[in-house]
Amino acid sequence: MSTISVIEGSMAVAQAVKACRPGVIAAYPISPQTHIVEFLSQFVADNEMDTKYVRVDAEFSAASAVYGSSATGVRSYTASSSQGLLLMSEVLYAMAGTRLPVVLTGVNRTVSAPITIQPDHQDTMALRDTGLIQLHVENSQEAYATHIQAFKLAEDHDILLPVMVCMDGWILTHSFEPVKLEDQEKVDEFLPPFVPKYRLDTKNPLTYGAYADDEVPEFRLMMHFAQERAKEKIEKIAREYEAKFGDYFGGLIDTYRCDDAEIVMVAMGSVIGTLKDAVDKLRKENIKVGVLKVRSYRPFPGEEILSAVKGAKMVAVLDKSLSVGQGGPLATDVKAALANKQAPPVLGCIAGMGGRDMSMVLIREIIEKSQKAITTGKIPDIEYIALKRQYLE
Amino acid sequence: MVLAERENLLAAGHRACPGCGAAIALRQILRALGRDTIVVSATGCVETFTSPYGMSAWEVPWIHSLFENSASVASGVHAALEFLREKSSVVVISGDGGTFDIGMGAMSGMFERKQNITYICYDNEAYMNTGVQGSSATPYGSSTTTTPAGKASFGKIQPKKDMPAIALAHDVDYVATASIAYPQDLMKKVAKTKEIYGPKYIQVHTPCTIGWGFDSSKTVEVGKLAVETGLVPIYEVEKGKPMVVKKVKNKKPVEEYLRFQTRFRHLLKEEQKDIANQIQAICDKNIERFGI
Ligand SMILES: Cc1ncc(C[n+]2csc(CCOP(=O)(O)OP(=O)(O)O)c2C)c(N)n1
Ligand SMILES: [Mg+2]
Repeated sequence: MSTISVIEGSMAVAQAVKACRPGVIAAYPISPQTHIVEFLSQFVADNEMDTKYVRVDAEFSAASAVYGSSATGVRSYTASSSQGLLLMSEVLYAMAGTRLPVVLTGVNRTVSAPITIQPDHQDTMALRDTGLIQLHVENSQEAYATHIQAFKLAEDHDILLPVMVCMDGWILTHSFEPVKLEDQEKVDEFLPPFVPKYRLDTKNPLTYGAYADDEVPEFRLMMHFAQERAKEKIEKIAREYEAKFGDYFGGLIDTYRCDDAEIVMVAMGSVIGTLKDAVDKLRKENIKVGVLKVRSYRPFPGEEILSAVKGAKMVAVLDKSLSVGQGGPLATDVKAALANKQAPPVLGCIAGMGGRDMSMVLIREIIEKSQKAITTGKIPDIEYIALKRQYLE
Repeated sequence: MVLAERENLLAAGHRACPGCGAAIALRQILRALGRDTIVVSATGCVETFTSPYGMSAWEVPWIHSLFENSASVASGVHAALEFLREKSSVVVISGDGGTFDIGMGAMSGMFERKQNITYICYDNEAYMNTGVQGSSATPYGSSTTTTPAGKASFGKIQPKKDMPAIALAHDVDYVATASIAYPQDLMKKVAKTKEIYGPKYIQVHTPCTIGWGFDSSKTVEVGKLAVETGLVPIYEVEKGKPMVVKKVKNKKPVEEYLRFQTRFRHLLKEEQKDIANQIQAICDKNIERFGI
């Protein structure tokens, strides 16, 4: 029987990871990831998990240790945030390139400087091109489900890539919500033990991480093909999860009141809940808006986004990070997906960086800017929402 | 001594330079370790010359990912084997750059975790793979591409970092130095690691013909001279036992060693006499400190 408990988002993740029975966990503390690994350490200490917890000297070593354990054929997990994720980045490229199905939680937090522990998406954006599959979640229940789905996806022999579950730090990790925890037996049925395709084994000596002079384009492309295949699998696994546990949070994307929407707001992560509330309010004022949640950031669901927004007059993309010198990365990807197609224009909005709160007032501002762009036909390159002008003058 | 393996577990046809000291070390190390071994390597010459895609020379399972993380990867491999209740030896093989410099934090972490891992550093005293740049294992007075001898320079101005002492400071279970010039001693030490549970550190002196500048037929001779002059002390420290040092009966003046190699040749000029004397002083101090 599943049970519902009011728990912290971090505990929801820890419970999901526990239910997935990883053989090795290696992690290093950083806010706001800390509670997840503290809970897991306690589970191991209390013998609630048959897991080797490797306490490491740095995130670089955490990623390296799960690199080694995954290559030895054992289900492996790590988690980090911000500076820690960046410290892992060199390893994450190697991990994806070596096709190791590690699952990690990317607890989203701003990157220094200036230093702060506030949430935004700058950290996982910096890992965009590593080859990791990146799934963003909206709430604790989805975080729980997505971790269980992530292992199934990563370990699928057609995929074999690391999967990072991205969740907004503090907003999700440190807030208490009722979360449905599934029955261990049912999780075991959904996620059978890891069957490695290859592993380090003295009975069958293989070479991992060879020196390649002439194979690079094909190897990188094979990762790309695996991500293309993952598009179908992400949807399929989400539906299997629904069939087993009754919950569905979207596959590659999820849409809310988009069918007849004139303005579709596109975003990722915890802001989706706020946007859905806002849509309900705005709809009462006869403003036709909808929300599109990008659940899978890599692979990027260009076709799915196109078919969901093609009837709209404006696509307003909310970015919680900034690719300095270019604009919002999510907006850039949405624009690329809609380029050369019969599709509405895209208004890129930078909003909620550095943990700045997304309030109803700001969402109204985005809608007003979108309406203005529709009537004037003039679409600014980037809209900055809720800037404090005094710092800029 | 009974060797674990009669066959050469480093297949012929790899791409090491003729006379490569590291290749000699690998062969000896693998013979002592045998087939029930998982090797984790760092980026460097060994990784490059043994692992061209589709042509790996390794007859044991082998993994490489980056330059500075082999100790941490080994920690993960070890944890996974523990989870699986398998008992293969886990052995890191990394260069001096990967050990003394960029990977030292990871190695320290592994030592502190007290995992059953043997860390072997093949010490060719510079970053050879990238073209002979100086490392903190490069000895005093040596000319490298980033510590070049010149009109106002006699080569590297700092002495070699004492890595075995740093390993010992972690209270690890076994620390040894060895040289490819003494294969029996090296293989005995590597074999011993299989009997000791816990972290172990072995530093193997591996002359490099290109980086040091000597004829490729002289690798063993150069290695011997390094030991016979006292510049490279050979010893082992097993936890709880007194240090065992390789004694040298007829010690040679360090000039014989310096003369052999282009990296030190500038020190034979009259105006660099002081520096050569200081290297002799390092040897003398070693001889006294270790009782060579
Ligand atoms: C993070 C990082 N920095 C630098 C390099 C470039 N690099 C590759 S091998 C190497 C030198 C390796 O030196 P050492 O560990 O002594 O091994 P050797 O080549 O001498 O066998 C360097 C600097 C790298 N691969 N990764
Ligand atoms: Mg070297």
